[in-house]
Amino acid sequence: MTSETLVEINDLNFSYGRHAILKGINMTMPRGKVIAIMGGSGCGKTTLLRLIGGAVAPSSGYVKIAGQVVHELSRDELFQMRRKMSMLFQFGALFTDLSVFDNVAFQMREHTNLPESLIRDLVLMKLNAVGLRGAHKLMPAELSGGMARRVALARSIALDPLLIMYDEPFTGLDPISLSVIGNLIRRLTDALGMTSIVVTHDVQESLKIVDYVYFISEGVIAAHGTPTEVRESIAPFVHQFVHGEEDGPVPFHYPAESYASDLRLRSSFA
Amino acid sequence: MPRRIVIGIRGIGHRVIDSVWRLGRASRFFMLMLLKSTTSLRRFNLVIREIYFTGVLSLIIIVVSGLFVGMVLGLQGYETLQKYGSESAVGTLVALSLVRELGPVVAALLFASRAGSAITAEIGLMKATEQLAAMEMMAVDPIARVVAPRFWAGVISMPFLAAMFSTVGIFGGYLVTVVLIGVDEGSFWSQMQNTVDFRYDIVNGVIKTCVFGVAVTAIAVFEGYDAPPTAEGVSGATTRTVVTSSLAILGLDFILTAFMFRGMS
Ligand SMILES: Nc1ncnc2c1ncn2[C@@H]1O[C@H](COP(=O)(O)OP(=O)(O)O)[C@@H](O)[C@H]1O
Ligand SMILES: [Mg+2]
Repeated sequence: MTSETLVEINDLNFSYGRHAILKGINMTMPRGKVIAIMGGSGCGKTTLLRLIGGAVAPSSGYVKIAGQVVHELSRDELFQMRRKMSMLFQFGALFTDLSVFDNVAFQMREHTNLPESLIRDLVLMKLNAVGLRGAHKLMPAELSGGMARRVALARSIALDPLLIMYDEPFTGLDPISLSVIGNLIRRLTDALGMTSIVVTHDVQESLKIVDYVYFISEGVIAAHGTPTEVRESIAPFVHQFVHGEEDGPVPFHYPAESYASDLRLRSSFA
Repeated sequence: MPRRIVIGIRGIGHRVIDSVWRLGRASRFFMLMLLKSTTSLRRFNLVIREIYFTGVLSLIIIVVSGLFVGMVLGLQGYETLQKYGSESAVGTLVALSLVRELGPVVAALLFASRAGSAITAEIGLMKATEQLAAMEMMAVDPIARVVAPRFWAGVISMPFLAAMFSTVGIFGGYLVTVVLIGVDEGSFWSQMQNTVDFRYDIVNGVIKTCVFGVAVTAIAVFEGYDAPPTAEGVSGATTRTVVTSSLAILGLDFILTAFMFRGMS
């Protein structure tokens, strides 16, 4: 089993200052699977991806990728590891001063000595995989949101990584682009034998394409399971999330003092 | 009200601590950037691309301003010098003013507002739109790949821009005094050649422009890299670049002048 595990997260804790974000997360992500991480906005999903990518260090616990503890790596070792992984940022984060072609070619030019003619072929292949070969001359400002997301996807598979992390890949897309991206994630994962971690709150779309789901709530894993298990789950939290109910175990309100004291009402009025 | 006073003092204390903290961050950033400059030197085409954006695009404003400054110098100089019957020295006056002071200082001020602000805005926006974070996740160091090439491009462009400014300015002075007013052309040039010293005037002027170039671009890249990743953050940083580097240019100019031209002639 361990040889099959790519990412192992063990008792991971993280806080910004005194504000605890993640409290004792445990996850196991096997190679070649698509894993979804779901939870409300602000529950720490992006933070978890940043921990996996080594952009921030945990307060305790660890993330292990292919047997290496991420936060114990030196900067050089971390950079070596990052060549094997990619992150798709929420808004694509395409380099605005480079064309679509140059964006996809960026890592090939930075990390390899491939001749320009080969880079050209590879870039066009990657763009073809996301259906945007014809757009290779455009600048990022000329793309729609869905196209930018697809270019970013092509860029993140440029060096055939072992692991790709997608931060809310479905947000702000129309239903067609949304299922296009969803299917791409599934197809690329299978075709390239990668492992994908998809952070999302789009339950319906992601349940179609993922192999396993973790729900995070209030810094802990509230539930986890395969899509079938999740759909049939009667756990109140999962039910609320899957069916999009407004109130339930996930509170509508950000933690605050009592409403009355915030409005400076005397106790006799409250 | 003692409580007010305490709060006031505390506020001043916070400001001071913040400034020292920021200065420390800036120095650390500057050292890191120098250490990571090898990429820029190895892949010099990265720097050349930035020289185009910072240097070449500043050329027009530099040339136009230089021309006007030189023309005004010619007019004012002629007005005063002719009272003493030494209007043939106007060439000297124009050239010395430009080469020693106005060339380096005004060119640097223009450079700060044209190129410095653009560098800050560009780096700040790259940060705000997570381009720098994305680069970092691609195992490419943004300081080496984005910041250092822009810094070196600015440092290299600045002396050429200032030289351009002075050259065009001298031509402007020539236009006004010789062509328009009719000062003797031979004495205009020969007086200038006799009095402008290569070592004292030109070399010192070039040293000034190099110092200004380092100061302006270092401030510009730091402000961009340090900007809060929001729209207000970037616009604030852009303003700070122009203000801080203008003050730095004028302050440094005073210090450099005091050392360079002290006890001459
Ligand atoms: N740089 C930061 N400093 C302090 N708090 C932060 C920072 N980034 C995020 N947070 C807080 O951490 C929590 C989790 O953020 P994030 O991981 O971005 O949530 P999400 O699940 O929506 O991606 C949020 O409550 C946010 O306010
Ligand atoms: Mg997020």
